[in-house]
Amino acid sequence: MAGYILRRIGLAGLMLFGLVCLTFVIANVAPSDPAALAAGPDAGRSQIEQARREYGLDKPLPEQFLRYVTDLAQGNFGRSIATGRSVGTDLARYFPATLELVILAMLLGVLLGVPLGVVSALRKDGPVDHVTRIFAVSGIALPPFWFGLLLQLAFATWLGLLPTSGRISVFTEPPDPITGLLLLDNTLRGQWPLFREALSYIILPAIVLSLPCLASILRVNRSEMVEALRMDYVVAARAHGVTPWRIVMVHALKNAMLPTLAIIGLRWGWMMSSTVLVETVFDWPGIGLYAVSSAIAGDFKPVMGVTLIVGLNFMVANLIVDLLYGVLDPRLRRA
Amino acid sequence: MSAIAEETVAAPPRRRLRLALWLLTRSFSSMLGLFLVTAIVALALLGPWIVPYPDDVQGGINLANKLQPPSFAHWLGTDEVGNDILTRVIIGARISLLVGIGITVAAAIIGVPLGILAGLAGGRLREVIMRFTDLFLSVPGLVLAIALVAALGPGIVNAMIALILVWWPGYVRLAEAKALSIRDEAYIEAARVAGASRARILRRHVLPNSISPLIVKMSMDIGQAILAVASLGFIGLGAKPPTPEWGAMISIARGYMPDWWWYAVAPGVFIYLAVLGFNLLGDGLRDILDPRSNRG
Amino acid sequence: MSALLEIRDYRLAFDTFDGTAQVLDGIDLTLSAGETLGIVGETGCGKSVLARSLLQLNPMPPARVVSGQIHFRDEDILRLPERAMRRLRGRAIAMIFQDPASYLNPLLAIGTQMEDAIRGQDIAASLRKRPRAAARARAAELLAAVGLPEPARLLDSHPHMLSGGMRQRVLIAMALAGDPALLVADEPTTALDVTVQAQVLALIARLVAERGLALMLISHDLGVVAASCARVAVMYAGTVVEEAPTGELLARPLHPYARGLIAAVPDLDHPERRPQGIAGSIPGLIAPPSGCRFHPRCSAATDRCRREKPLRRELLPGRSVACHHATP
Repeated sequence: MAGYILRRIGLAGLMLFGLVCLTFVIANVAPSDPAALAAGPDAGRSQIEQARREYGLDKPLPEQFLRYVTDLAQGNFGRSIATGRSVGTDLARYFPATLELVILAMLLGVLLGVPLGVVSALRKDGPVDHVTRIFAVSGIALPPFWFGLLLQLAFATWLGLLPTSGRISVFTEPPDPITGLLLLDNTLRGQWPLFREALSYIILPAIVLSLPCLASILRVNRSEMVEALRMDYVVAARAHGVTPWRIVMVHALKNAMLPTLAIIGLRWGWMMSSTVLVETVFDWPGIGLYAVSSAIAGDFKPVMGVTLIVGLNFMVANLIVDLLYGVLDPRLRRA
Repeated sequence: MSAIAEETVAAPPRRRLRLALWLLTRSFSSMLGLFLVTAIVALALLGPWIVPYPDDVQGGINLANKLQPPSFAHWLGTDEVGNDILTRVIIGARISLLVGIGITVAAAIIGVPLGILAGLAGGRLREVIMRFTDLFLSVPGLVLAIALVAALGPGIVNAMIALILVWWPGYVRLAEAKALSIRDEAYIEAARVAGASRARILRRHVLPNSISPLIVKMSMDIGQAILAVASLGFIGLGAKPPTPEWGAMISIARGYMPDWWWYAVAPGVFIYLAVLGFNLLGDGLRDILDPRSNRG
Repeated sequence: MSALLEIRDYRLAFDTFDGTAQVLDGIDLTLSAGETLGIVGETGCGKSVLARSLLQLNPMPPARVVSGQIHFRDEDILRLPERAMRRLRGRAIAMIFQDPASYLNPLLAIGTQMEDAIRGQDIAASLRKRPRAAARARAAELLAAVGLPEPARLLDSHPHMLSGGMRQRVLIAMALAGDPALLVADEPTTALDVTVQAQVLALIARLVAERGLALMLISHDLGVVAASCARVAVMYAGTVVEEAPTGELLARPLHPYARGLIAAVPDLDHPERRPQGIAGSIPGLIAPPSGCRFHPRCSAATDRCRREKPLRRELLPGRSVACHHATP
């Protein structure tokens, strides 16, 4: 088991280094000149050259790369060329909002997707199965940004039940962060009115973000359950008189959960990525919105910072999934 | 259903084709997918000849007519400069389909040969190709695409390039897995013992066996690529207005929410139906051609 | 004495894309308490489907009962609702399977799987104060009963850590959990090494003797059946073609197919006698041969065999044959 864990961690470390290389390469294939951007639109040649020296852009590439890596190792993501602020500080400020959104969306996806997958597998080819199938394919096909606009229209404009966008009302003084996750912080402090307010803001974006995730968890879980229910060991369990509830919820579901877990790991990363769209629609102050506004301004450092954070999340999620596999599947433990 | 589908794999080719077609026509969702894809392709092909206001394609300005609600003259209403939304949405099908197919085909052309090479060659070459592939798969698609577009500069061509760069590794994985599994199968061993050349093995065994999952993946990916291009268009990194691209249209329409909400509805419905069509079709094809693979 | 199990004119069909396959075509068999019956036949003759029918484990659809009854202690299994059927599984009729590797859940500890089987059996036990502990103790007891060492440690291990023979013993122990009256063994030794085969057969024989179990043993291997069963039924293409006491069948088979089957077994005492295969192969069951299903492969087939399906008739006491031309 220890060997298995070490190998997985080693692999993740390698991937992380690869990711750092990738972001560096992307930043350097850019046809536009970052120094010119930093110096401002009216800058003359000498000012651009000065900016180039200031940001170390005049050094040879290997040296720039070395500096990039050592900076990152110290948690220094560089400075935004457009605003001059430290990207690391910005990321620390925006990331909790994204994290909160993604966690809630993932909870929705897992808590609804797994049971629905089990039910449709048990009622395979029945009406429930057809309905969930159409629902699942729709979940993947609906453009999240458009679906978000529709929900805003319905729940905020027409029904007036929920706020349109933002993370919390502009009139509300945000409390000092404990974890930075508003729902959690307000629970810890027992401030239920604030909790309710935060919930009313987060619920629509969380639904939009969770839909593709829910859909793919549902589909994978369903097909894996169908497969598992056909296995010899399920036939044997039935023959031995094991109760149907145990057969479905333990014997079959445990086997079906392995591939489902892999999808959950992948979806964690994908959600960190598609949150870009959801945050844009709902003006959610997370790293997605930060990445988009920086990308439009041609400001690389923040975009690369977000890319690294998302990639890191993806890696950690997959690492956790790998480790859970080791816990769930005794055959892996020996290897 | 799948028990029968599994049988198809073992059945001889002619019977297999007949059975596949029968299964496809029997499945409602597959037929819906086929219908939607056919409709989108027809719109894309016939677009310029069937749109009610051909002059509105490139965005003529007719401010007197702006932001009209749906009416008999303008079925889906008009946009902020008075162009007919139906016209622009139909032309948008052309752009989206072309871009979606273009991205998918280009990704497959890059990825499949690399994957087969990795799978058949093995050894160090395989390691290099696969690690390189993993690298691109280490960042979820959309963020990597945004990073690439940020580097290349916004625009629909750059968005396409970025998405191709995001998409090809999936095809390497697929082709490599197929080539690897086929390489180890008994009949290839037999063919090799019988003295068949590498090229012959590739042509006769590897390609035919990879083609089913490839078709399924490409069908799914066209849908996802359409969605990705629209997404980039929406956040302002893809097609630029006045190009009638669906995502870019929604991006502008968003500014006219909620009073002129129908403006945003039409392009969204088209994106949804197009992606739904390709996904349903791919799903149906997978049930028939590649029943043992996983959904996700 | 009334029969424990009585199968009457049982017909089962599978609906497939190519048409309906008549997998079981009028099976008649009787088994008394404590009796041992072997069922032999080539792969695909329907013997496993028959075995699973006794516990209603065939997936329906595609399987479909066409006609017949299966009486177990005066209850017709075929008409029993799933709920009542569940009470029979493991407690009245238990089953062991061919490939012990795939019939044990790879992710669950042996103990968990056994406890589930035990607690599924005994509703009273699950209401007792410490159902888990009670089930665990019983599981260890059962493992010891099938001759497995260190039952307590075994309960915490997972299937992949066990050898094939051990896995089969675990499955046998699970089958005993509900104190069944009838044990159905579907090719229980096929996936095992020859030496382990003998041990598992000896174990089954011992359990049958000790617990007074009735045994239905299904195998394609005449030797396995001969070693454990007093009576044998020979199946061909969904029908029982001959039924006889084991010794008599081996000494003098009456049905041409049974003769062929015995001639195909290598004879270790007379190695110069080469085993004889049966010409042709098992027929498809969607459009089976007319009349006697064996006629295309039978050297003695006549026009009557092609036209008319032979009914099984008792030629000698305790011996019945389904062949127009068989004589005592």
